[in-house]
Amino acid sequence: MGSSFRFRDDTPHEEPAVTLDAFLEQEDATAVRLEAGEDARQLIPYLDRLQLIEISFPRFRDGRGFSSARVLREAGYKGELRAEGDVLIDLIFFMRRCGFDSIVSEHSLNPVDVDAALNRYHHVYQNATDNAVPIWKLRHG
Amino acid sequence: MYKYDQYDQAMVDARVEEFRDQTRRRIAGDMNDDQFKPLRLKNGLYLQLHAYMLRVAIPYGTLNSQQMRKLADIARKYDRGYGHFTTRQNLQYNWIKLEEAPDILAELATVEMHAIQTSGESIRNISADQYAGAAADEICDPRPWAELLRQATTFHPEFSYLPRKFKIAVISAKTDRAALRWHDCALRIVRNEAGEEGFEVYAGGGMGRTPFIAYPIRDFLPAKQIFSYLQAILRVWNLHARRDNIHKQRMKILVHELGEEEFRRQVEEEFQNFLALGTDFPQAEYDRIAAYFTPPPFETGLSEEIDRSDPDFALWVDRQVAPHKAPGYAIANISLKPIGGIGGDITADQMDVVADLAERYSFDDLRATHVQNLVLPHVRKADLYTVWQVLREAGLADANLDLVTDVIACPGLDYCSLANARSIPVAQEIQRRFADMDRQLDIGELKIKISGCINACGHHHAGHIGILGVDRKGTENYQLLLGGSGAEDTSQAKITGPGFDEAGIVDAVERTVERYRDLREPGERFLDTYRRVGLDPFKEAIYG
Ligand code: HEM
Ligand code: SF4
Repeated sequence: MGSSFRFRDDTPHEEPAVTLDAFLEQEDATAVRLEAGEDARQLIPYLDRLQLIEISFPRFRDGRGFSSARVLREAGYKGELRAEGDVLIDLIFFMRRCGFDSIVSEHSLNPVDVDAALNRYHHVYQNATDNAVPIWKLRHG
Repeated sequence: MYKYDQYDQAMVDARVEEFRDQTRRRIAGDMNDDQFKPLRLKNGLYLQLHAYMLRVAIPYGTLNSQQMRKLADIARKYDRGYGHFTTRQNLQYNWIKLEEAPDILAELATVEMHAIQTSGESIRNISADQYAGAAADEICDPRPWAELLRQATTFHPEFSYLPRKFKIAVISAKTDRAALRWHDCALRIVRNEAGEEGFEVYAGGGMGRTPFIAYPIRDFLPAKQIFSYLQAILRVWNLHARRDNIHKQRMKILVHELGEEEFRRQVEEEFQNFLALGTDFPQAEYDRIAAYFTPPPFETGLSEEIDRSDPDFALWVDRQVAPHKAPGYAIANISLKPIGGIGGDITADQMDVVADLAERYSFDDLRATHVQNLVLPHVRKADLYTVWQVLREAGLADANLDLVTDVIACPGLDYCSLANARSIPVAQEIQRRFADMDRQLDIGELKIKISGCINACGHHHAGHIGILGVDRKGTENYQLLLGGSGAEDTSQAKITGPGFDEAGIVDAVERTVERYRDLREPGERFLDTYRRVGLDPFKEAIYG
C-alpha cells in the first residue's frame, strides 16, 4: 500500500530524515522530518545544507504543513520538500502550490486521478509559492 | 454588479467538474465518507437529519433577477419548491440528493453562481452590508473589496485546510447591519486624515459554544494591503491553533489564549513577511472590479413624495423603507417573516416575483440580509406603492422589520442532526403571541434570535432577547438570554437563569417584554432599558 509522486528531476536523496530535535543537535544531517506543529522557522539557518525536508500530515484535515512548507520556500529553501502521511488526492494541487515537490502518501492513489486533479484548474486567483501566474496578472498584462 | 470574465467562469466550471469527479470517486467507493465529507462541505453540501442540504453562496448578499430565477428553478426541479435564506446571506436547499448535487452546481455556474467554500473548514463566503451602494450613511461601496477578497480567498492553497471555518464581513457605514464583530475577521472601511481609504480591522469574533466579540487589531490598514494582512492573520492561526479538539480550534480561541497583544504582534510580524512577497492585488485590478459597482443611472428631479393615503401601505413604508443616498429613491426591505411562517423560507414562485420586481424597479439588483430578509436597494419613491401591491399579492408585504416578530431562528430539531430542541415552532409561537400590529409597534425595535443548540446558528448570543435550546434529561428545554446585539453597539447576551419548556419560554419572553414596557423611558428601545436597569428587574419579572 501507499504511493509516492516526485516532481523533481534530480536523484532522490537517500539519507533517512532525522527528527527536528536530532537535527538541531547534529551538525551534519542533510534530511529532516517535521512533525505537524513543529516550527519550520527553526530550520531557516540551515537551509543551505538541507537536501530533504519531510513534513508530516498525520491527518489530512490537519493543514499546518501547508504553512510550514511556504515558510521554508519563502526563506529560500531549494531542496526536496516532501509531504508524508494521510495525503489524499484533493490535497496535492494545493501542496504543489505551497512548494511541495514530493508526495509520499499512505494511500494507494490512482495516478490517473492525481493527474486529473493536478491539471483541472488552468488558472489561479492568487500568488503562492509556485510559478503560477495569478489571474489578476493575466488580466492586466 | 460584478460580472464574470472568462477566468472566473472557467474557475466555477472546473469546480463543477471537480465535484462531479469527487462524487464519482465516492460513489465508486474510492473514498470513504470521512474522506469525502470535507470535499462536499467545501461545496456547501451538509448531511442533515433527513437529506442533504446545499448551501449556495451569495457573495456579499448581492444577486440579480436572472440568478434569483435560477434559484427558483433549482428549488422546483431539485428540491420541494422552496429555499431558505440564511443568517450569512446565503441560500440553502433542504432536500437534495447527493447524485444530483453536481448538476445543481452546473446549473448555478450558468448564472455565475457557486457553492464554493460555503461550509467546512475554509474561508467562507464573505458577507457585507445589504444596503451597500445605496445607504445614505456609507463612506463607499464595500463590495469591490469583498469581491477582491472573494477571488483572493478562493482555493487559497495555504488556507484550504484550516483549523476551522473562517468568516469575514465588510461594511463601510457607521451603522452595522452585518453583525460585523461576530465574525472571525471584521473589516470596516474608513478614511484617515489624509482622505485615504483603509480598514479598521477586528479579529477573533464568533458565536458557537464560546462566544467572543472580535477585538480591534488595527485602527487603520491601508486598503491595498488587505490581502497581505488577512493572510498574516490566517497563517498565525493556521500554524498555532490547536488541532486536538474541534471545539477549541476557531481563531477566537487562539486570540483569547495568546492574548490580544501577542496575537497582534505575531500578525504584524507575519504581515511584513507577506508584504515583501508582493501578493497584494494591484490597483488596476481593484479598479477593474470597482467599475462593476459604479452606481446605477439614477434619474434626477424625482419627487420625494410618497402617497400615504392607504394606511396599510403607510405602515409598510414606515417599517420597511430606509433612506437612500440618491434623491427620490428608497431602499425597500422585503420581510421573509410572515406570522407563523418559517423565517427565511421563500417559495420558488415568490422568488420569481421578487426577481421581477428587482428587474423592473430596482436596476436588477437584489440583496439578502443576515436577518434573513431581502432588499430591493434602489426603488423610486414613486414606485413604492406598486411594489408594495405586488409584494402583498405574493404574501411578502409584512411590515415587521426589526420588530418582535422579525425573529431569527435556526433550523433546529426539525432539520438539524445536532439540535437539542426545535427552534422554528418557538419562533412561530412568539410571532402568534405578538401578532397584533399595534402591540408590535408599541414594543418597538426588539430582536429575538433562537438557536436549537449551543452552536448558535440562530445568533442567540446577539439577540436583544436570545433563546437557546438545551437538552435536559432528554426533553427539550430553553434558556433565555438578554442584552445581546449584533449592531454597532455589539454585546453578548447573558443567561437569565433556569430554563423553560416550550410554552414556558414564550411566557418568559412575554413577561420580559411587559417588564420593559413598565420600565422604559421615552424613546428607549428594549435594549436601552435593559442596559440602563440591568438584569435583575427582568429576572424578577420572569421568575417571580
Ligand atoms: C444542517 C444544518 C446545520 C449544521 C449541522 C450546522 C452546524 C453548525 C456548527 C457545528 C456551528 C458551530 C461552529 C463553531 O462553533 O465553530 C455552526 C455555527 C453557525 N451556523 Fe450553522 N449549521 C447548520 C445550519 C445553519 C443554518 C441554516 C444557518 C443560517 C440560517 C447557519 C448559520 C450559522 C452561523 C451564523 C453560525 C455561527 C457562526 C459563528 O460561530 O461565528 N447554520 N453551525
Ligand atoms: S444552532 Fe444547533 S440546532 Fe441550530 S442549526 Fe445550528 S447546529 Fe443545528
